[in-house]
Amino acid sequence: MNDISALSFEAAFEELEALIGKLDGGDLGLEESVTLFERARALADHCQNLLDKAELRVKQLSDSGRVEDVS
Amino acid sequence: MIDSFSVAELTTHIRELIESSQTLQDVWVSGEISNFSKASSGHWYFTLKDSKAQLKCVMWRSAASQQMFPPNNGEAVLAHGYIGVYDGRGEYQLYADKLRPVGIGDLYAQFERLKQKLEAEGLFAPERKRPLPPFPRIIGVVTSADAAALQDVQNVLRRRFPLAEVLLSATPVQGADAATRIVKAIERLQETPADVLLLCRGGGSIEDLWAFNDESVARAIAASRIPVVSGVGHETDFTIADFAADLRAPTPSAAAEIATPDSADLRDAVARAQTRLGESLRAAIGQKRAALNNQAWALKQHSPQNTIRGQRQRIDDLNARLLSGQRARLTLLRTRLAGRLTTLNASSPRALLARGYALVSKSLDGARVTRAADAKPGEGLTLQFHDGELKVRVEDKDTHERYPRKLF
Repeated sequence: MNDISALSFEAAFEELEALIGKLDGGDLGLEESVTLFERARALADHCQNLLDKAELRVKQLSDSGRVEDVS
Repeated sequence: MIDSFSVAELTTHIRELIESSQTLQDVWVSGEISNFSKASSGHWYFTLKDSKAQLKCVMWRSAASQQMFPPNNGEAVLAHGYIGVYDGRGEYQLYADKLRPVGIGDLYAQFERLKQKLEAEGLFAPERKRPLPPFPRIIGVVTSADAAALQDVQNVLRRRFPLAEVLLSATPVQGADAATRIVKAIERLQETPADVLLLCRGGGSIEDLWAFNDESVARAIAASRIPVVSGVGHETDFTIADFAADLRAPTPSAAAEIATPDSADLRDAVARAQTRLGESLRAAIGQKRAALNNQAWALKQHSPQNTIRGQRQRIDDLNARLLSGQRARLTLLRTRLAGRLTTLNASSPRALLARGYALVSKSLDGARVTRAADAKPGEGLTLQFHDGELKVRVEDKDTHERYPRKLF
């Protein structure tokens, strides 16, 4: 499994939903379900964190197709 | 007494005359707009005039909102509607339902022709419309860099979904080369990782918006690999670009809203997910616990303790049966023995001896003598009585054949 802090909101949210589905499925080993639960909780925290800290970034595409920051 | 009407009566009569005229109830009037005003109610009031006359006009909000553009003073227009009388002012006026600028009548026709052509080509077909990504990461915005529309879009995104990144592909949105530049701005974004594209322009006159009715712009939108949301002009403005876009929003702000989820909703969704997570784990653990209890019960059923207990009981049973059998056998034997003893006692030689018999044996070797023939005269014999023995010697011998003779 990859590092949660590097995940985009979309990826984290998708995985979170997938894990919940798996946990609801119910035919997991106890240890596995606890591991999944902990990862899912970390994913949820990461999602909230991303939402809390998000600040709209604006960039501009030049005529030549270069991406430039906009002050 | 002079015959007279009241003002109201006369006005009513005039209105009835006007309203009964077929011509006046369905009429096109050409003239120049003046005194145009837009009431807060949304109704439009203006005067149509030419060099010789003036005509008061009103256009109700319902009709005004259907117009492609609001007219400007001095503009030559064709107005359609019916003539009515406003009793309160004693004025007749045109109640207009359609307004066409004479100058851009050509544009309007052009618009309709292009729309029909592209529609026939299937460019606007519903099955061409692509879904928007639920969580756009990079939002390409095609608009003018210094337009209010860009600010509106940014404000909405900042409030709604600041996780996204705006990638502005700037272009003039009006003027002679606007259409070409818009096409280039759309094409430039195709090479970027933008996952949704907003094509925006604030409100303006039909001429201002004309670039968005250009065929090349419509084709660039249709060719875009990235789904396009159009937000051009005001709610009532429809452009060819709107028809070609995957989704049409009434304004630039609305385009930004349509293209993004609301982070407040997302926050709720994540919170709900967190709650469900806890429930899921509790349920999973509960399930495991129930399964464990089942196993524990089953295990108990198969425990060696049980087997041992069972075996022990069988042994006890066997023991008990063994004992009672033995006891019965012993009793039986004891009874039999007693019987034998009685019989034995009855037939004991001692009892015989006591009745006067004696056992005879040879003194020499103890051999039992049961017949007279066994003993010889002079031989020592032992006579055993019930109370002791006598040692005797045979004097004579007489065979028992003599007895019958002696007896008879």
